[in-house]
Amino acid sequence: MSNVSTEIKPTSFLSFKELKKSLFTAVWFMILTLPIMVIKVNTIENTVEWHWNRMVFVGLLIFFGSWGWRYLLARREMGPRPRKAESERKRFNLTAILMERKQVRTPTIIILAVMVIVFPFISSMYQTNIMITALNYIILGLGLNIVIGLGGMLHLGYIAFYAVGAYSYALLNYHFGVSFWLALPIGAGLSAIFGILLAIPVLRLRGDYLAIVTLGFGEIVRIILENWNDFSFGPSGIANIPRPGLFGIDFSLPQVTTFIYFIMIGLVVFTIFLMIRLENSRLGRAWVAMREDEVASRAMGIDIRKNKLTAFSLGAVWAGMAGVVFASKTTFINPASFTIWESVMVLSIVVLGGMGSIIGIIIAALIMILLPEYLRAFSEFRMLLFGFLLVAMMVFRPGGLVPAKRKVYTFPQEEAGNE
Amino acid sequence: MDLTYFFELLLGGLTRGSIYALLALGYTMVYGIIQLINFAHGEIYMIGAFTALIVIGVLTFTGMNGIAIILIAIVVAMVFSTGYGFTMEKLAYKPLRRAPRLSALISAIGMSMFLQNYVLLAQTPDFLPFPNLLPKIARLEQAESLMNSSQFTILVTTAGVMIILTFLIKFTKIGKAMRATSQDKTMAMLSGININKVISFTFVVGSATAALGGVLISSHTGQINYYIGFIAGIKAFVAAVLGGIGSIPGAVLGSLVLGWTESFGTGYISSDYEDVFAFIFLIAILIFKPSGILGKTSAGDKV
Amino acid sequence: MKKSLRGALMIAVIFLIAGAFVFAGGSQEGEAKGPIKIGVAGAHSGDLASYGLPTVNAAELVAENANEKGGVLGREIELVIEDDQCKPEVAANTAAKLVGEEVVFVLGHICSGATKAALGIYKDSGIPVMSPSATNPPLTQSGEYPNFFRTIASDDAQARLQVDFAVDNLGLSKIAVLHDKGDYGKGLAEFAKQFLEEESGVEVVLYEGITPGAVDYSAVINKLGNSDAEAVIYGGYHPEASKLIQQIKKKNMDITFISDDGVKDETFIKVAGDFAEGVYATGPIDTSKSPMAQQAIQEHQEAYGEDPGPFYLNAYAAAQAILNGIEQAGSTDYDAVTTALRNNFVETPLGEISFDEKGDAIGVGFSMFQVQDGKYVEVK
Repeated sequence: MSNVSTEIKPTSFLSFKELKKSLFTAVWFMILTLPIMVIKVNTIENTVEWHWNRMVFVGLLIFFGSWGWRYLLARREMGPRPRKAESERKRFNLTAILMERKQVRTPTIIILAVMVIVFPFISSMYQTNIMITALNYIILGLGLNIVIGLGGMLHLGYIAFYAVGAYSYALLNYHFGVSFWLALPIGAGLSAIFGILLAIPVLRLRGDYLAIVTLGFGEIVRIILENWNDFSFGPSGIANIPRPGLFGIDFSLPQVTTFIYFIMIGLVVFTIFLMIRLENSRLGRAWVAMREDEVASRAMGIDIRKNKLTAFSLGAVWAGMAGVVFASKTTFINPASFTIWESVMVLSIVVLGGMGSIIGIIIAALIMILLPEYLRAFSEFRMLLFGFLLVAMMVFRPGGLVPAKRKVYTFPQEEAGNE
Repeated sequence: MDLTYFFELLLGGLTRGSIYALLALGYTMVYGIIQLINFAHGEIYMIGAFTALIVIGVLTFTGMNGIAIILIAIVVAMVFSTGYGFTMEKLAYKPLRRAPRLSALISAIGMSMFLQNYVLLAQTPDFLPFPNLLPKIARLEQAESLMNSSQFTILVTTAGVMIILTFLIKFTKIGKAMRATSQDKTMAMLSGININKVISFTFVVGSATAALGGVLISSHTGQINYYIGFIAGIKAFVAAVLGGIGSIPGAVLGSLVLGWTESFGTGYISSDYEDVFAFIFLIAILIFKPSGILGKTSAGDKV
Repeated sequence: MKKSLRGALMIAVIFLIAGAFVFAGGSQEGEAKGPIKIGVAGAHSGDLASYGLPTVNAAELVAENANEKGGVLGREIELVIEDDQCKPEVAANTAAKLVGEEVVFVLGHICSGATKAALGIYKDSGIPVMSPSATNPPLTQSGEYPNFFRTIASDDAQARLQVDFAVDNLGLSKIAVLHDKGDYGKGLAEFAKQFLEEESGVEVVLYEGITPGAVDYSAVINKLGNSDAEAVIYGGYHPEASKLIQQIKKKNMDITFISDDGVKDETFIKVAGDFAEGVYATGPIDTSKSPMAQQAIQEHQEAYGEDPGPFYLNAYAAAQAILNGIEQAGSTDYDAVTTALRNNFVETPLGEISFDEKGDAIGVGFSMFQVQDGKYVEVK
């Protein structure tokens, strides 16, 4: 990419020393995985199977894999280019070009808009369906981004608000026949209230303590939904939730799918718009300040309490809306859809995309949701790859796919350091 | 009658607590040194249990004596688990030492997902029975309705591990180095401590306790699958936070408190909301003492 | 320039949306003369795969047999196999995909929750569905899914049998009901509790959910002991059941253990070992001795080299019923096929079955089994 990194060439990794290293790593892993990969014990049938061929596979994979790993690691060790290269790098930065130059930006947005609009008409219902799922995760990701990306608070129970949204639509509709359009703001509002409910006890907590309490909160909501049959119909869930309508028009299934798709597009555009506004608002900047240093920001007169409350409740609003749409799309919900792994999934999207980066989160959500759908052939290995991907991303590109751009105020005598 | 019931619940909670403690010790040690929630710690425990099961499965065909088998299984499980723990640290955590805390946590979650699915694919998604080969203590067999041999073994082991770890950290040279590393990595390095070695050692010790726990707990519950590590791991993690993460006695105390909360909650109220009790109790403790029961107050300031 | 662009964009949007609804309405016409596509959906990956994969095997074997005989209505049978991981949100997408593939019938889904999520889409697309394993009662009894059939009896039938057996045959009056908080287990337990409360002189002394995967159940067991229950009816699957029974027996408690189809599995006996002795479990009426079932099992052993897994016979029967329905109807038309299914009996490994108005199989039911000498034996 840039000429600074020429010191590390892939070819320099073809030396004998590197060969020895790879060989050593391969042997190490072969020994390490020996019991679990090679020996398959079935204590039910009392049989033992040996799969020595798997060991060869592990050996080969690690031998070549470790080569790539070390190459990437060495490249990473070169570190981010020195600061002065920043302006130079910008020229190669695709997103920067897309977003900053007007003559490029407008056509790009138009092309994107046309693609987005045409999409449901040229693709099958199935593809529209999974695109709706992906859009839903974009909203979830952007919502969680308020808490994690801007507020810097690790939130592991985010999916609880999604559940609140979904259940408020399902239950209000079941009991009072509330329509989708009315449920959307109600669901969002209820989620916001739950956000505040969660935020109040955790106002004093930070970091890992916050993480475990939010995780607990998510579990509490799920367990209550599972156990309180009279209220939530328990684990068997609620079926026959109506899909959204429009002035009483009777849609056929493909039409309503297209309709939901456009609702989602509308919500996503609305979300993005608000997020951009929010980021640059007084509140957004206060969040960032709080993320960077809570004590210092308090000293600067930022109301930490208010900030945390707004971050949690605003973040929850998006989850609530996404939940309402989710319930209306699947027409059936049960507590099993709101496990901790869903929270982890949304968290991964935010982190993968780059905390605080709107474009990054959108791209990450599309990749994380669409890729596994199209790679169904690998469905068995999907979660394995996800796990690996998370680790690899964190190691090699911790800022995410599209790292968030920081507002830089330049001063003549600026000290280096980006912490 | 009612008093007997109370004692039954007390003992049940004690067993549960000491099970959590065996795992919580590993969490708390790693956290104490590098302030990382090692999400994959539960997976190391699960791998330990699987390795032991494989060893037992293979050795049973040789017709070896049960106690010899379980001892060999424990040793092999500990060796391999430490291998996994060591490798995991080198791969997923070491490159992230300077990165934001969140990155390391995500990496840990990724590792946890990876290891779960690795075992799922290489072995089986179904539950496998885990034979109980722990020696039977004749005296306890008579009072089995109160506490059986495997429960007793777990209890004693937890106490032993806690004492050994406390001793290790308080009185040995490597323990001193660990404490130094935990306080200030840069300063520790400057005073000639090889912090890479210290951190690796921490992972090795943590993984070894996890493996030991894996074998004992699986013998007690009688079955394992790829997911046991995650469920137990979350609880152990809660226990560690409850007790004040980073503190060895805190981890044990937190685990016992958690075990009793669940046991009495189930016994006197309902097991429907067992986990809810645990989490609400956690939230309550943290509100009034944000760094846990035995936690140092400074820990709360490290964001 | 900016303004005109925006205006143009708006117009384009309006046109496209308007066009959309015109477009989307006019598909789904014309019957192809190609193969008959049957969707097979269920959990094929992840932790519940062992419940879903036997259905795929069954469908493949039945389709192969049919194709060897020249197909159905002279057309070849083609299977479209899709994974739903037993998750409702995935199942909805799976269903959309199968609809897109223009399948005429779906064999699946495996889990009740996933089935409910998918059924709405099939219903609106006019595709009948037959599940070998979704036992949730409202699926048929609510009348909301006219396109749903199943070759397994529903949960309430199972709970009925458990309660009748405990009260009438065993003469017990103090009964505890436990469940695993899951879709299946809790649904069953609710029915068991309801039926028990309707019986006179019978008391439900304890009704609780246990936490699956917990390291230790001693608190619940103590509570059970403290409740003076004579029997426990457990709704859930075998991994938890074997942990419970082990701890109950270890504490020398004299409690009869009655459970369900999720426990009536050879694995339970192997995991629980000697502790399993005397446990009661309901399960589908044992037809495995019938020649057709024997043949189905043998086919599986030949093709895959192992004994079939859960719901294999139900799935085999379902696949046969589907093909027979299409054959009898003479077309793949929705009305013709569903009518044919309701009016014709078909010989399957589960015996001779047909379907009632609601979609439940006639001739499929449960009976009680007990573990005796390490084997499930039917209790008459």
